Amino acid sequence: MTTDTLTLARQHLLAPAGLGEDHLQRALSCLLGHAIDSGDLYFQQRRAESWSLEDGQVKSASHAIQQGVGVRAVSGEKTGFAYSDEILMPALLEAATAARAIAQRGGAGQLQVWRSVPRAPLYQALDPLDTLDAAAKVHLLETLDAEARRLDPRVSQVMVSLAATQDIILIAGSDGTLAGDVRPLVRLNVTVLIEGNGRREQGSCGGGARVGYGWFLDQERALGYAREAVRLAQVNLDATPAPAGAMTVVLGPGWPGILLHEAIGHGLEGDFNRKGTSAFSGRIGERVASPLCTVVDDGTLAERRGSLNIDDEGTPTQCTTLIERGVLKGYLQDKLNARLMNSTPTGNGRRQSYAHLPLPRMTNTYLLPGAHDPAEIIASVERGLYAVNFGGGQVDITSGKFVFSASEAYLIEKGRVTRPVKGATLIGNGPDVLTRVSMVGHDLQLDPGVGTCGKDGQSVPVGVGQPTLKIDTLTVGGTQA
Amino acid sequence: MSEALDHATAPLPECSQLQTLVADILAEARAQGATAAEAAVSFSSALSVTVRLGEVETLEHHRQRGLAVTVYSGHSCGSASTADWRPAAIRDTVQSAIAIARHTAADPYAGLADPARLARDIPDLDLYHPWSLSAEAAIERARDCEAAARAVDPRISNSEGSSVSTQSSLAIYGNSHGFCGGYPTSRHGLSCAVIAQDASGMQRAHWHSVARASSGLETAHAVGQKAAQRALRRLGSCRLSTRQVPVLFDAELARGLIGHFVAAIRGGALYRKASFLLDRLGTPIFPDFVTIRERPHLRGALASAPFDAEGVSTADRDLVRDGVLQGYVLDSYSARRLGMETTGNAGGTHNLIVEPGALDQAALLRQLDTGLWVTTLLGHGVNLLTGDYSRGAAGFWVENGQVQYPVHEITIAGNLNDMFRNLVAVGSDVDVRGGIRCGSLLLEQMTVAGE
Repeated sequence: MTTDTLTLARQHLLAPAGLGEDHLQRALSCLLGHAIDSGDLYFQQRRAESWSLEDGQVKSASHAIQQGVGVRAVSGEKTGFAYSDEILMPALLEAATAARAIAQRGGAGQLQVWRSVPRAPLYQALDPLDTLDAAAKVHLLETLDAEARRLDPRVSQVMVSLAATQDIILIAGSDGTLAGDVRPLVRLNVTVLIEGNGRREQGSCGGGARVGYGWFLDQERALGYAREAVRLAQVNLDATPAPAGAMTVVLGPGWPGILLHEAIGHGLEGDFNRKGTSAFSGRIGERVASPLCTVVDDGTLAERRGSLNIDDEGTPTQCTTLIERGVLKGYLQDKLNARLMNSTPTGNGRRQSYAHLPLPRMTNTYLLPGAHDPAEIIASVERGLYAVNFGGGQVDITSGKFVFSASEAYLIEKGRVTRPVKGATLIGNGPDVLTRVSMVGHDLQLDPGVGTCGKDGQSVPVGVGQPTLKIDTLTVGGTQA
Repeated sequence: MSEALDHATAPLPECSQLQTLVADILAEARAQGATAAEAAVSFSSALSVTVRLGEVETLEHHRQRGLAVTVYSGHSCGSASTADWRPAAIRDTVQSAIAIARHTAADPYAGLADPARLARDIPDLDLYHPWSLSAEAAIERARDCEAAARAVDPRISNSEGSSVSTQSSLAIYGNSHGFCGGYPTSRHGLSCAVIAQDASGMQRAHWHSVARASSGLETAHAVGQKAAQRALRRLGSCRLSTRQVPVLFDAELARGLIGHFVAAIRGGALYRKASFLLDRLGTPIFPDFVTIRERPHLRGALASAPFDAEGVSTADRDLVRDGVLQGYVLDSYSARRLGMETTGNAGGTHNLIVEPGALDQAALLRQLDTGLWVTTLLGHGVNLLTGDYSRGAAGFWVENGQVQYPVHEITIAGNLNDMFRNLVAVGSDVDVRGGIRCGSLLLEQMTVAGE
């Protein structure tokens, strides 16, 4: 790296408006002058584009620029927030004045001296939009369409979408935080519709990472998505109705780790636990999983979709152990909740944009590998479900009930994977589902870079992962009672 | 009190200012070589407060601008957007869109709406009632709401808080056929989420009220009480064994079921052949007692609009009459793809009203007799290509028309084709808090999976 990300962020966000560090100090002083404990400024510029193909042609595409500054003032448990889509000093002071109105009393915060902690970057500070020219983007999409149609003449429609964003952010906090980041993110997805046996089905596959578009061309990665989408559609064409009821479920490696995101991760976010509204509240040190299970949230994996150099409060990301050999170890914290819980921030304070408040959020959440051969796990099941691909999921934090929906699943009969069944929703209880994990494979995989997590109306990119897992009993929501 | 607490939301700009902006964008597009163009400009201003356990938790001021343009170069198009309204940004944004249009394929179906269909008279639909609510008054109302919830029962042990929000928006759309129209709207909300706890564990529930005018909101007391009662009745939830039973969808959830129907008759799903309701025009989807009307000009309603997102005038129509599908949900593009005419639904439907039946909730429970009353759904297990439906659920087990006990950690599954065709009754208990107004729906049978 020739130029560090903080310097780049200064150049892009502050310099055009003629803002320097003295202006940031003034804005923060304006916040703190009003009996506010702490405050921060979050500058952001986002460039985004998306290209989409259907009917064999790229017919539409769009480009978007978004920029602004969010100003937050914190007093005890209270937060005041305002933002401006103009990065200019008067707008900054106006937002600071609105945000600080939250405090009527409370401690007077001290403005700390700037300190920024450099770290080795986890991804390059590049602009992914410029890593391929427009004609090459169009050509890539057309190639995937052709590949899908070549593989199976029954393919009746192919939809491909290619998207990239570049976020440049700068955070200045009254606690002395001064940090910048340049975050590339690319995403490619292929969906095919197939007609056969008098039925229509679909298959979808994709991936993404904090890299340039060239990543999709490496090792035929993009072509792999098209091939996998066709394979999934073919499997669905043969699928029969799914079973209904409690049974043994074997989850494949990788994306099925959405189980951990829904069943465990959300329930361990600091805000819910500070407020005592999570089914996991006050349970640190208790056994919540079988001893085979160790679950971490790791924001430091190079180039992963869920990774960040720093979170949106300027805290460097880290690897946090959530569950260690079955025992609940820790929560995911942003600054506010860490302070109120007498704990330390874990680099999990994230926000969708300058126009949203930071919340404790996951990064890449996964379960560490075990000792079993995946084939051995399947062979151990007399009758059950083998689920390898999933759509979305959801959790009720308070009751602990969670769902995740399988999009590719098979019956296991007498230790063998037999026929494909239609997608079905699986439902369980977060605090005890992992206690029923009886085998963990040695085949840890992370998802291909497709996860988006929603909380309080805010979406952020995340990752999940796991090895093959055997859950002795889980409810499968099919139609065949 | 401080300066910023005195006023609620920033004032909206003048309509004429945004119309000028739209005209400037269209002129810039023409100057840069576009053969046609359309532009949308919006401004919104909002205040929201959340109070938890009697104390202010967040006070948020929102102010957002938007500018979006689509240019056509013959039959190729490109789109771009920004939040910056300065002339240089307009120039750059149009340039981005033009650059894209150089690379997209010519699509004979692409283009602006038919000029003959653009709205001429734009009726005032009574959609703008700004609420001159100070932050202090908003905090007070949220505090009253949460207090009402916590006073219901000592088992209301915790709270996720109560929120009050008010938003005013102005959106203008224009295109190179000469259309330029827009109007201000408002939307206000009051919500509360509390947690009930007993020896069996914790259960959370939520209630909200939303309206164009603050006078249309339920009282803080009513919202708080409903949230509390809904949390309390979930205490002691147990599971069910796997079985096939009739299912009553609570009115709040019935809207979502009708939403799946609407999604399956949208132009985009139809021309891609990605719907389980292909080629069903003129055929029965529901039993003959089901009629669904679109009423875009209802005064003060949440989904009212005089014209759609491409300027096409909206009009009353029946989407379903006596169970039979009368029309699709189309914009100009999908209509051309299907060899049909736009139905004025670019951007969505405008107040769908499922004609209410005669039975209220108690009568529907009696008709259900023995089965599942669903009040909560979890997850997104709906496949609009096949109609396959499988979602997490919670609610109540009902025997002989009487609620027996709350249930959770179960799924309900079926196929939307069968679920619609075998509908037994539509309730009179219409929920009006959305763009689809529907009473509870009683379904003949679904598979419940549990223990």
